[in-house]
Amino acid sequence: MGAGHVHVLYRESSSPVHRLPPEVKIAAMVLFTVAVVATPRAAYWAFGGYALLVAAVAALARVGPRWLLGRALIELPFVLFAFALPFFGTGERVDVAGLSLSVDGLHGAWNILAKGTLGVLASLLLAATTTTRDLIVGLDRLRCPQILTQIATFMLRYLDVLVGEARRMRVARMSRGDDPRFLWQLRGFAAGVGALFLRAFERGERVYLAMVSRGYTGRMPAVWQGAGAATAGQWAAAATVPAIAATIAAVALVLT
Amino acid sequence: MIGYVQQPPSLDVRGVRYAYPDGHVALHGVDLTVPRGDRVALLGPNGAGKTTLVLHLNGILTPTGGTVSVGGLTVSRERDTLAEIRRRVGIVFQDPDDQLFLPTVAEDVAFGPANLGLRGAELAARVDEALAAVGMAEHRDRAPHHLSFGQRRRVAVATVLAMRPEILVLDEPSSNLDPAARRELAEILRGLPVTLLMVTHDLPYAAELCDRSVILDAGRVVADAPTLELLSDERLLAEHRLELPYGFVPRPS
Amino acid sequence: MHISNGIIDGPVAAVFAALALAALTFCVLRGRRDLDDRLAPMAGLVAAFIFAVQMLNFPIFTAGVSGHLLGGALAALLVGPWVGALCVAVVLVVQALVFGDGGVAMLGLNITNMALLGTAAAYLLIALLLRVLPRTPTGLGVTAFVSALVSVVVASQGFVLQYWLGGTTDLGGNLAGLAGTMAGVHLLIGIGEGLITATTVVTVAKVRPDLVYALRALKPAVPAPAVPVAGGAR
Repeated sequence: MGAGHVHVLYRESSSPVHRLPPEVKIAAMVLFTVAVVATPRAAYWAFGGYALLVAAVAALARVGPRWLLGRALIELPFVLFAFALPFFGTGERVDVAGLSLSVDGLHGAWNILAKGTLGVLASLLLAATTTTRDLIVGLDRLRCPQILTQIATFMLRYLDVLVGEARRMRVARMSRGDDPRFLWQLRGFAAGVGALFLRAFERGERVYLAMVSRGYTGRMPAVWQGAGAATAGQWAAAATVPAIAATIAAVALVLT
Repeated sequence: MIGYVQQPPSLDVRGVRYAYPDGHVALHGVDLTVPRGDRVALLGPNGAGKTTLVLHLNGILTPTGGTVSVGGLTVSRERDTLAEIRRRVGIVFQDPDDQLFLPTVAEDVAFGPANLGLRGAELAARVDEALAAVGMAEHRDRAPHHLSFGQRRRVAVATVLAMRPEILVLDEPSSNLDPAARRELAEILRGLPVTLLMVTHDLPYAAELCDRSVILDAGRVVADAPTLELLSDERLLAEHRLELPYGFVPRPS
Repeated sequence: MHISNGIIDGPVAAVFAALALAALTFCVLRGRRDLDDRLAPMAGLVAAFIFAVQMLNFPIFTAGVSGHLLGGALAALLVGPWVGALCVAVVLVVQALVFGDGGVAMLGLNITNMALLGTAAAYLLIALLLRVLPRTPTGLGVTAFVSALVSVVVASQGFVLQYWLGGTTDLGGNLAGLAGTMAGVHLLIGIGEGLITATTVVTVAKVRPDLVYALRALKPAVPAPAVPVAGGAR
């Protein structure tokens, strides 16, 4: 974590996946995820198919499995829930290593683990091959409400600046003998958060003043938004991933 | 300069008074005229009202009394006037991170002229022209936070140059710059064919760039004279909390 | 907590996505009323603030365990419910897309719980408590503590509701158990959230009370802002 957080996921490269316009990658990733979520959990082979698909895209994007799996660990806290299901699930139970587990719950845990992991891998591939700036451009081209992309643009621009300020304030606090351990750091931490808010808010006001001084009247001019938008060929190329995933999902739905 | 005499001055501030909503009076009738093509330094201690005055120049603050004219056009609340005033007055704020808010240098430089309605090739030409003027042309596609502080300040200058302003107003242009960046910026500013008002308490920088200086203190203009003359008056400087750096002797360059 | 893919079934996730979009549209309209054309830069900076604060992990005990602020109640107190919800939502969208936090297919659920339910519950309580409690730092602190704590628990119960509607594994009679477990865990998280939110808001209120939305909006006599409000052309 830290100031680099914003950039660490992007892997500089000129692979074919990197070169695809962001909007097609976002659309492909979301559709792929939806197909995965829609797949019946008992269709184990389907998840194998998805995993192969992810592996193929990763290879094409020159993103190594070690990096991908290492980063995927971030989902661990989010799937803790999955591990509770075998204990709380209803119906038929089996004994595994002396524990009485619900079969339905085990299926449920598998369902969450498989779908959660595939979803995280897909997002990681998107983040590894697309800069944050391009992600915003892509969202914009996908007709995401402009106010949201604008807020996101400002957020990403100033995140590093604020984290840097927070770090300097923390160093200054520690230099004056504040011991950032245990619960009594809470007051210092919260005072720092308060100071950070003041700085963020006041910077927001100054940024706005500087914008008004350059003729801003509440509408962001659309500059060069059209340039570099995806061609039909690029849409088609990226569509292969969700198309294959959708086919797998459809077959799985029919078979189970 | 004789050819310019007939033209309205780039900046004409007359009797500007301003009181904040809480009643605190920040400006007590300020007069200041900057002829076209001149470079003038606005000096004064912290809290003198320099920034408040600057915010009047493009109509962000409205004076409680007096008028501000830019190239003959008087600042008013009227929409089209205000838009034109903001084109004519290019303010470079102190912290370039406040000014550069878009993901790339080129987009940020394009923001001002795009607000003026420029698009396409015309807009791109403006951006290239402004970036070339500050020697940042090769950085047009970089992210502002990947630039050095000095480079960011130069881009900030470019963002207002791209609007082809009548007058460039710089708030503490030399602050936080290392000596080389400071010199580079001075060279760039000296080469710009534009009227310049520089708000600073960096007296050597004022001496280097501006023939004329104005001292503002407690909301009043207390001195308006050639820079070298002002800087040689130790008593005047001391009265208004201005000091030359140790060992600096003002002399004509 | 962020819900990851596969916990809730597709149709329920889609319904909540539509719900979240509609609610956010409403937040944009009300946010514009609060901030006018300052909405984009101000909300952007506040979102950056929330994101930055979430990144500042603080160790709870000397070993290992660390926590971070969720910030929904804090945002509601400082910038109001509409802009606050909008900011938290943008943070969630970026986290899902850029960092893979929480499943993309579950984005609507996560926004509903953390940005909408959490902020709404917090602000309702704030509006109530600030009227009842004395206008002192203690009163503000207690308001902030309680509203932050409750907002975290309410957000967790949003998940329980969604699970009841479209959970992928039938828990039978254990749904109440799930609700209890979630409430218990989030009560603990909420205590930390409440303490930090309270201290933060009291700190800000001491320096710039005019910046605390809740104090401004819920008190008729508005003190003049110390910073000039810029008048744009309109």
